[in-house]
Amino acid sequence: MNNGYQVIVGLEVHVELKTNSKLFCLCSTQFGASPNSQTCPVCLGMPGVLPVLNQEAIRMAVRSALALHCQVHAFSKFDRKQYFYPDLPKAYQISQYDQPLAEYGWVGIRSGNGETHRIGIRRIHVEEDAGKLNHLGQRLGDATGSLVDLNRAGVPLVEIVSEPDLRSAEEARLYLTELRATLSYLNVSDLRMEEGSMRCDANVSLRPAEYQGELEDLPRVEIKNVNSIRNVQRGIEYEVQRQSERLAQGERIVKETRGFDDATGTTYSQRSKEEANDYRYFPEPDLPPLELEEAWIKNIGDGLPALPEAIREDLASRGIPSKDAEVLVLDREAYEYWCAAADLYEDERTLTNWMLSDVSRLLNARGESFARASVNPPSLVELLRLIDKGTLSGRMAKEVLELMFESGKSAAMVVEEKGLSQITDTEAIRAVVLAVLREHQAVVADYLSGKDKALAFLVGQVMKRTRGQAKPDLVNQLLRDTIAGDRE
Amino acid sequence: MDNHWRATAHELHQHFVEGKISAEAVVSSHLQRIAARDGEIGAFLHVNEEGALARAKEQDGWAEGKRADHPLSGVPVAVKDNIVTRGMPTTAGSKILRDFMSPFDAAVIEKLLAAGAIIVGKTNLDEFAMGSSTEHSAWHPTHNPWELSRVPGGSSGGSAAAVAAGLTPLALGSDTGGSIRQPASYCGIVGMKPTYGRVSRYGLIAFASSLDQIGPMARSVEDARLLYEAIEGVDPRDSTSTAAPSATLARGNGPWRIGLPREYFGEGIEPGVRAAMDQALERLRSLGHQLVEISLPHTSYAIATYYLIAPAEASSNLSRYDGVRYGMRVDGHDLVNMYETTRDQGFGAEVKRRILLGTHALSAGYYDAYYLTAQKVRTLIRRDFDQAFGQVDFIVTPTTPDCAFPLGSRDDDPIKMYLGDIFTATANLAGIPGLSMPVGLSEGLPVGLQWLAPPFQESQLFQAAAALEAVLPKLPWPTGVDHE
Ligand SMILES: [Zn+2]
Repeated sequence: MNNGYQVIVGLEVHVELKTNSKLFCLCSTQFGASPNSQTCPVCLGMPGVLPVLNQEAIRMAVRSALALHCQVHAFSKFDRKQYFYPDLPKAYQISQYDQPLAEYGWVGIRSGNGETHRIGIRRIHVEEDAGKLNHLGQRLGDATGSLVDLNRAGVPLVEIVSEPDLRSAEEARLYLTELRATLSYLNVSDLRMEEGSMRCDANVSLRPAEYQGELEDLPRVEIKNVNSIRNVQRGIEYEVQRQSERLAQGERIVKETRGFDDATGTTYSQRSKEEANDYRYFPEPDLPPLELEEAWIKNIGDGLPALPEAIREDLASRGIPSKDAEVLVLDREAYEYWCAAADLYEDERTLTNWMLSDVSRLLNARGESFARASVNPPSLVELLRLIDKGTLSGRMAKEVLELMFESGKSAAMVVEEKGLSQITDTEAIRAVVLAVLREHQAVVADYLSGKDKALAFLVGQVMKRTRGQAKPDLVNQLLRDTIAGDRE
Repeated sequence: MDNHWRATAHELHQHFVEGKISAEAVVSSHLQRIAARDGEIGAFLHVNEEGALARAKEQDGWAEGKRADHPLSGVPVAVKDNIVTRGMPTTAGSKILRDFMSPFDAAVIEKLLAAGAIIVGKTNLDEFAMGSSTEHSAWHPTHNPWELSRVPGGSSGGSAAAVAAGLTPLALGSDTGGSIRQPASYCGIVGMKPTYGRVSRYGLIAFASSLDQIGPMARSVEDARLLYEAIEGVDPRDSTSTAAPSATLARGNGPWRIGLPREYFGEGIEPGVRAAMDQALERLRSLGHQLVEISLPHTSYAIATYYLIAPAEASSNLSRYDGVRYGMRVDGHDLVNMYETTRDQGFGAEVKRRILLGTHALSAGYYDAYYLTAQKVRTLIRRDFDQAFGQVDFIVTPTTPDCAFPLGSRDDDPIKMYLGDIFTATANLAGIPGLSMPVGLSEGLPVGLQWLAPPFQESQLFQAAAALEAVLPKLPWPTGVDHE
């Protein structure tokens, strides 16, 4: 509740599928190529061309729909959504209107109290992307001209439409985070909001406490094309505040489309929906209806990888603290790194600690990711085993890890080159211990009189003389034993 | 000047294979005929003089085996200008595509070239194939070779007139509501619309996607079949094309049961058309075939249905001509103004009329009443044919209720023009194949008879038409042009 109004949010998420070729032609979908280099008569909308459906896009869309618990329809169809704009070569977008590929799914989100609840997915449909306009000049209003780049025209999209089940900006964030994490395990999209391979429009309305009608009938503001999850959250927060202020002043909320200004965190009016387009949808006569065999759909369902919910359960059963598990689940690359390492290494909690602290820190510092880390899972495991064997102390291992990142060498090689191996030879350490005790009789006396800190000083002295390579617990033990022995 | 232009495509190909004639002589003969006669007919929008001669010379270098392997080698073919061709302009008869050069060949063009055909040029049409007279071309009207003051029919009027006048033995047309069969009827030639999905539409500039088909036009059934066989077949680039095999006819070579739908033989048929039809039907009876009256009860809704579905799809298909990427652009003071002035100046009145009709039929609040209802009626019309073909092998009707009308006579009455499609549009709505063939003259103008067959029975359709053709007197050369 917000000033007596309930926040009602629904999200429309567009996800570009990472097929090799476009939805209806053979052009590449690669991001970032020079303008119009990835076009052909079909995606340019030349006279006489016809669309041919990319089966791989449908496979990816079905995979996405099943992972989001949707019912995939064996029969769906394509429709033309018609409007004039220079980035839309045919002046219609081939989309799916009244018979979408899939419906009735959900995404589970966990609120602050740890409880999970389901946000409904109304529908998922397949459609083609439009091109891009590059405006010459400062702003659209005073642009001296616009250049059309149609590389993106015809790239396959799935549009995932949620039910208006979200009740706060925070829930919207959680929904998007979970949606993105789920899709990330499917290998169907790059999911880069900053490159536009995942885009989100948010519908925000406020329901007065006394309102009994349909949610759909509330005046709704659509915030268009926000480029990060964080900004979706900010945009909704701003809208909620703006609308509740308006309502408090007795004003009416206008149904409209608003843009989000990253710099100020505010939204601004783009166009009033009351003068909205009539898209004149009708069935696409150039494509037969999309008929999928139940067995084919089932086969895709059976082939789905482990998804966030299952992964969370698995990690919990393996004793990974839920906070750490969450970090792994939401970052597929980290999770895959973790899995590869855990296959080789038994102590999964230690592994997790190393990954999420030291490895993570070094990756960040070096601008690397878990997928392309200089230290791969087997190398990390090799390092951890050197600690377990006593060859390295934990502190030394951190140093070795850093050197491994810098040099790309294995832990063993770094240890050998730097002569870093931990001294575990009791006799060698005993000699140093005896020398230190001889030189610091006063400190020994302090220790004997009950000052525990004195022992730490002595340990420090031994470590200093062994250049840190003595095994600390062994040093500790030898010091205690020797002092105790001297007293007898 | 050689008289090769009088020969059939079969004869030309046969003589070329046997080395009796050169492809160059054949092409030259036709080019000369075009040069001599097309000034008054106006069948062509572009004559591929150099390209055709070069290709002919190349084929003259072929060995006999290679000539024989290409079923259309040595044969000129004209192509309706709404079928895209590389190296020749494709305008669809519209100013909005003035000088437009397609970067690719239509699937049928690839097939024609692979079959050895020599493309002599692009033929005139009603703008974007919207019309029944070829008067609605942005460039010039085409005249009927039987009487130059009359229309050749449309929208494939250029192809029909060119074939009738001996400017080419073969031509491709396209048929959305009768645009091959009606001009074939008016010009006294054979024109055939295949089953929807039989011929690839890839490279056909779309008018109404669910109705359009490309088909052959020729002076004999045998020649039409030759051209049809070169262009038919499934194409992975057209998702609506089908790999259906030829269906087999229950009663093989006959005698056939031929249905005469009572709805097609009622009021409004000109007496001369009726007389020619009666004679042809009598011939069929004398061949031993059984003629039975049948009913296609939803026929009266066909025109209304057609004139909702076709314009609706057209309004969408023609949206791409927006001045942004190719074709004509008229600059405006802003984007919307550029769109408006480009389309206002680029499209002719008939095209605008249909875009308006179609846009309205798809508008919010009208879609259910118009487009959706039309689709339901379409299903009923299809069912009519399914039921009829349960009783008969073929259906025979007049192709049109009348003969070629004078140019300009229907300018003020688009409804009357639309009603002329009444006997042909049903085949497009049902997706079935139809063929028009000449069966005589009425006051000096050709009369066409239409055969309709179940889906994918093109082969039987040609067989039936050929059987009738064999027992009918051959039409003379058209009387409106000189044949010396
Ligand atoms: Zn393309």
